[in-house]
Amino acid sequence: MSGAHVSKLRKPLVPEDKTYKEISHEILDTLEEKPSKSWLICFSISALVLTLGMLTIGYQIATGIGVWGLNKTIGWSWDITNFVFWVGIGHAGTLISAVLLIFRQHWRTAINRAAEAMTIFAVACAGLFPLIHAGRPWLLFWVFPYPNTRGDLWVNFRSPLLWDVFAISTYLTVSLVFWYMGLLPDLATVRDRTKSAFRKFVYGVLSFGWNGSNKTWHHFEVLCLVLAGLATPLVLSVHTIVSMDFATSVIPGWHTTIFPPYFVAGAIFSGFAMVLTLLIITRKVLNWENYITMGHIEAMCKVIVVTGMIVGLAYGTEFFIAWYSGNEYERYCFVNRATGPYWWAYWSMITCNVLSPQFFWSKKLRTNIPFVFVISIVVNIGMWFERFVIITTSLHRDFLPSSWAMYSPTWVEVVTFIGTFGLFFTLFFLFIRVLPGIAVAEVKSVYRFARENK
Amino acid sequence: MKKEFLIGVFDCDEKVLEATKKAVDKHFEIYDVYTPFPVHGLDSAMGIKRSFLPYVTFAAGAMGFLIAILFQIWTSAIDWPTIIGGKPFISFPAFVPITFEITVLLAAHTTVAAFLASNFLFPGKQAMILHPEQTCNKFIMAFDKTRINKEDVTNFLNNNGAISVEEKSADNNCFALIGKGE
Repeated sequence: MSGAHVSKLRKPLVPEDKTYKEISHEILDTLEEKPSKSWLICFSISALVLTLGMLTIGYQIATGIGVWGLNKTIGWSWDITNFVFWVGIGHAGTLISAVLLIFRQHWRTAINRAAEAMTIFAVACAGLFPLIHAGRPWLLFWVFPYPNTRGDLWVNFRSPLLWDVFAISTYLTVSLVFWYMGLLPDLATVRDRTKSAFRKFVYGVLSFGWNGSNKTWHHFEVLCLVLAGLATPLVLSVHTIVSMDFATSVIPGWHTTIFPPYFVAGAIFSGFAMVLTLLIITRKVLNWENYITMGHIEAMCKVIVVTGMIVGLAYGTEFFIAWYSGNEYERYCFVNRATGPYWWAYWSMITCNVLSPQFFWSKKLRTNIPFVFVISIVVNIGMWFERFVIITTSLHRDFLPSSWAMYSPTWVEVVTFIGTFGLFFTLFFLFIRVLPGIAVAEVKSVYRFARENK
Repeated sequence: MKKEFLIGVFDCDEKVLEATKKAVDKHFEIYDVYTPFPVHGLDSAMGIKRSFLPYVTFAAGAMGFLIAILFQIWTSAIDWPTIIGGKPFISFPAFVPITFEITVLLAAHTTVAAFLASNFLFPGKQAMILHPEQTCNKFIMAFDKTRINKEDVTNFLNNNGAISVEEKSADNNCFALIGKGE
C-alpha cells in the first residue's frame, strides 16, 4: 500500500489497530486450539445430514432413479434444479477472488478465501446430481472423449450437456488450483508458528516449501493476476453454458436468448447471499468481526441489490417478449407460470428475489446483522424457486394437452437435496478448522490501506 | 548443503523497501528479501525482471485452442462424421464453448505448473527459513556471506532501520522434510 494516495474519506479495511503478529495470531489461532463446543455441534449435525444423504444416494443408485417423482411429461426436474442452484452459488466465490482482484477491490482480501472454498464445495455438491442422474455413476467417464471399444464413437460436441461437462470440470479444477496457490503463503505461516511437531510436518508438506522469498512473491502476484484473468471469463462461461442446456432446446419458456446473462446475474445474486449466510455465522463463531467487517457485509448487500434488480429486469423482459413475440405457446407458458397450478412457486420467486433485496436500500437494515442473515436465506430460497419455475413449469404443460401432468418430489429427492447441504457444511466446517479461513498475507498487505504511516 | 548468510531483520515493509533501494545503490549483492506479504515496489527495487509467466499462459492457451478445435473437427467431420440436427459436420458455433474451456483449462494449469517448477516448489519441500518469523511479521534481507564485505553490510543494515543483524547458516537441502536428504 505504500506510496498509494488514498482519500481521507476512506476507512481502513481492518478497523482496529493491530500488529502483523496479532493479525496472524487472531486468524490462525483457531487451527491450534481444540475445537469449540459450537463447532463440534455444527459439524456433527452436518456430518449426520451428510450420512443420511449418502445412504439415500446409495438407495437410489441400487434401486434405480425410478424412485424419483419424474413422469412421462416431466423428465427433468428436481435434480437439475439442484444442480443449477449449487453451480450458481459457486459463482460468487470466483467473482470475489477473480473479478474483484482485477478491479483492485482491496476489501475482498478478508472474504476471498472462504468464498473460494465455498465455490469448490458448492461445485462438488452440484456435480453429485448429474452423477446420480446418470443412473450408473461408475460409467460416467463415458462423457469424456477417449478412444473406446464402441468403434471409437465420439461424444457429441454439439450438445450443450457435453459443453457442461467441460465447463464444470474446467471450473472446478481451475478454482481448486487458484484457491490452493493462494493458500501457500498462509500455510507457510501456520507451519512456522505452530509448536506441534505433527502440524509442523503436515503444514510443511502442504506449504510446498514456501519461505516468502521476494523472487517467489513476484511470480506469485503475476500468477494470481493471470489466473484471475482466466477465471473471470471462465465464471461467466460456466453459467452461460448451464443456461444453454435449456436455451438451445425448443421448449417454450426455455428457448430464449436472454438466458445466459440472466443466469449469470442470478448466479452471482444467489452466491453472494450464500457467502453472507456463511460469513455472518463464521465471523461470529470465530470472533473475526475485526476482519469481516460491517463494510464487507454492506458491500455484499449492495451487490445483492444490483444483481437482484438485474434478475428482476430479466423476469420482466422475458415476460414482455413472450407476449410481444406473438408466439402463443411461449405466451401460454409464461401466463401459466404466473397463474397456473405452480403460481405459488412463481410468486415465491418474485417475492424472494425481486422484492426482498429492496430492503437493502436502507442503511439501517443492511447494517442490521440478523436482518441481513434472514434476507440472505430468503434470497437463496428464491433462487432455488427460480430454477424450479423455469424447469418444471415449462415442461409440465407441453404441446399435447393429453400429456399434461404435475410433478412433486419423492422423499428420496428431498433427502438427497438436504444431504448435499450436509456435504457442503461438513466441508466448510472442516475447512475453517484446518485451513486459514482468511487470507492472512493478503489482509496484512492491505492493513495499511487508509492508515497514516505508522 | 550448508550456506552462510548475513541477515538484516526489519519490522516494517517501508523500511525494508528503503533499505533495499539503498543497498542496490551501494552495489551490495542482495541474496534475497523474505517478506510475510508481497511488498509493492520491492521487486523493481531488487531489479527482478518481469515474470515470464504470462508468455507461458499465452502459449498454453494457444495450444489448448488448437487442440480443442482440431480435435472437434477431426472427430465430427473426419473420423466418424455424423449428421446431428441437420447441422454441418464442421459446425463452428457449436465448437466454441468447448474450445474456450480447453483453452482456459490448459492455460491455467500450465501456468500453475510453470510457477511451481520455476520457483522449485513442491509438496513436502523443506523450506529454507532464515528467521522464525519471516512468514509472520518480520522482513528479512539476506546476503550470501561469501559475496559481501561483512563489516560494510553490517554497518549499512544497522544504519538503515534493521532491528537486528544476525549471522545464520541455513540448510538448503530441500528434501530434508520427507527424509530423503543427505
